[in-house]
Amino acid sequence: MTTQSAQTDAAPLNAVLLYALTGLLAFGALMATAFSDDRLFRFHGWIFIAAFVTALSAMTVGLSSGRFRSPQDQYADGVVRAGVIATMFWAIAGLLAGVVIAAQLSWPTIFYFPEAGWLNFGRLRPLHTSGVIFAFGGNALIATSFYVVQRTCRARLAGGAWPWFVFWGYQLFIVLAATGYLAGITQSREYAEPEWYVDLWLTVVWVAYLLVFLGTIWKRKEPHIYVANWFYLAFIVTIALLHVVNNLAMPVGLLNSHSYSLFAGVQDALIQWWYGHNAVGFFLTAGFLAMMYYFVPKRAERPVYSYRLSIVHFWSLIFIYIWAGPHHLHYTALPQWAQTLGMTFSIMLWMPSWGGMINGLMTLSGAWDKLRTDPVLRMMAVSIAFYGMSTFEGPLMSIREVNALSHYTDWTIGHVHSGALGWVGFISFGALYCLVPWLWKKDRLYSNALAEWHFWIATLGIVLYICAMWVSGIMEGLMWREYTPQGFLANSFVETVSAKHIENVIRTLGGLMYLSGALIMSYNLWRTIRMPSQAPVAQAAGPAPALVAAE
Amino acid sequence: MSGLTYETVAQIAQQGGLIYFGAVFAGGVAYALWPKNREAFQRLAHLPLQDHEDPDVEA
Repeated sequence: MTTQSAQTDAAPLNAVLLYALTGLLAFGALMATAFSDDRLFRFHGWIFIAAFVTALSAMTVGLSSGRFRSPQDQYADGVVRAGVIATMFWAIAGLLAGVVIAAQLSWPTIFYFPEAGWLNFGRLRPLHTSGVIFAFGGNALIATSFYVVQRTCRARLAGGAWPWFVFWGYQLFIVLAATGYLAGITQSREYAEPEWYVDLWLTVVWVAYLLVFLGTIWKRKEPHIYVANWFYLAFIVTIALLHVVNNLAMPVGLLNSHSYSLFAGVQDALIQWWYGHNAVGFFLTAGFLAMMYYFVPKRAERPVYSYRLSIVHFWSLIFIYIWAGPHHLHYTALPQWAQTLGMTFSIMLWMPSWGGMINGLMTLSGAWDKLRTDPVLRMMAVSIAFYGMSTFEGPLMSIREVNALSHYTDWTIGHVHSGALGWVGFISFGALYCLVPWLWKKDRLYSNALAEWHFWIATLGIVLYICAMWVSGIMEGLMWREYTPQGFLANSFVETVSAKHIENVIRTLGGLMYLSGALIMSYNLWRTIRMPSQAPVAQAAGPAPALVAAE
Repeated sequence: MSGLTYETVAQIAQQGGLIYFGAVFAGGVAYALWPKNREAFQRLAHLPLQDHEDPDVEA
């Protein structure tokens, strides 16, 4: 391994800029907190100050001791390792919040204390959704994208210290969002609850993320941009667009935590669901398809089944997804043609979705036997199967007549969770199981048996969850539309709620099993990291270890 | 402005959208199937399997 000391000794200008920016931000946060008369704004102000001062201290130590160098002959894996740990941490936190609110739906008085209003279902629910989508999913996407873009471009991450800004800035966004929900700071826009100043902070972090990613692609040594990078790039660019437009708002005051949306009425609803559905399409689908296109071939040691299909998959998916949002607004004030448009594009999505599923599963061609022995590869194969299933179910539910039955019922919750637990969760877990031995230079996981336990407990948990939600969703949908011979509604609302008590309990059990699987996984990964390394660093010039012998 | 009714705008949008999406899709398929690209795509299908311990600094 050659060291290029002349290159790495150059002054890390990017780190100095980051240092100055952090100092300015710390000062700005201090002033804003000092002069605000809004208690909630000051609460978040203190979190900003604590974060910036901590960052400033850490960077002072780091700069004076000569860290923040970017040797171009090494991959920047430190930030990926941090991302892997953060992903696992937020997975546990987000899933735990989900189990708590599932228990609250089963037994309304559990975990609820009138003197602690922040434990209310209404406060905890966005904590769960943002926790699993943005904290767990987002960290998984950032970490894997940083890993994959370096390997497939054969170049170190661009921007020097800025990938670390992306990582820590994103964690700060999560902490602000989560504490805000518990304190009652919300825009009341689903999956976009954080208030305007947190949105602005995420915008800054996200633009830095985009620039780091683009910069790395810019200096690539591989002439083509690998398909996974296209998916990651579509995810980053589209989320930036969606986030900015949906959160356009007028703050009550510059030192006030509340704001009002720039849109009103049905336009507001359409913008919100254009955002909401593409959060599913680009955050929860495109980014995780990028994971699929890198980690499945790598783990199966087989090439992508059809690279041509992956190109058609990519372009048709991104061009169709962006139109599907109006299916969230059937039977509303939204003009019917717009509803029909959303429904039609949703049904068209069957094609690219299933094209992608086939491409992912058929990548196992010639390696099917590994499903029997490798729980990690099996987890990823099952995730692709769940992708296929939930992308079949979604278009079905977007049909107006089906939606008349399914909308506002638990069926939707079941659908979301077959996508989230089955597809997003499992493909991320699979990627993490791959990444930890690679990043910490181990030749295997600590325990394959524990990974087997994780796989089976979690899979069974998903099955319990989605089956219970199918039953309760269709039941309550039918009960809501049941009329007496006199033309009155046959059931009061509370009767439809109490009718699904058993299903709610089964759902809680399913979620608890999924959480247990994640806890087993975190123990397994922790023990993997603590295992003795496969080879001392000095041996880098020796024969390649067994893990990388795949050609 | 009398010609610019809802119907004309809708018609332009619908037909324009059809042509636009048709062209984009045809372009994507043509790029994927273009014979000259076959070799590059076959190499790219194997890209994740080629392990590089370190980034490429020369070249």
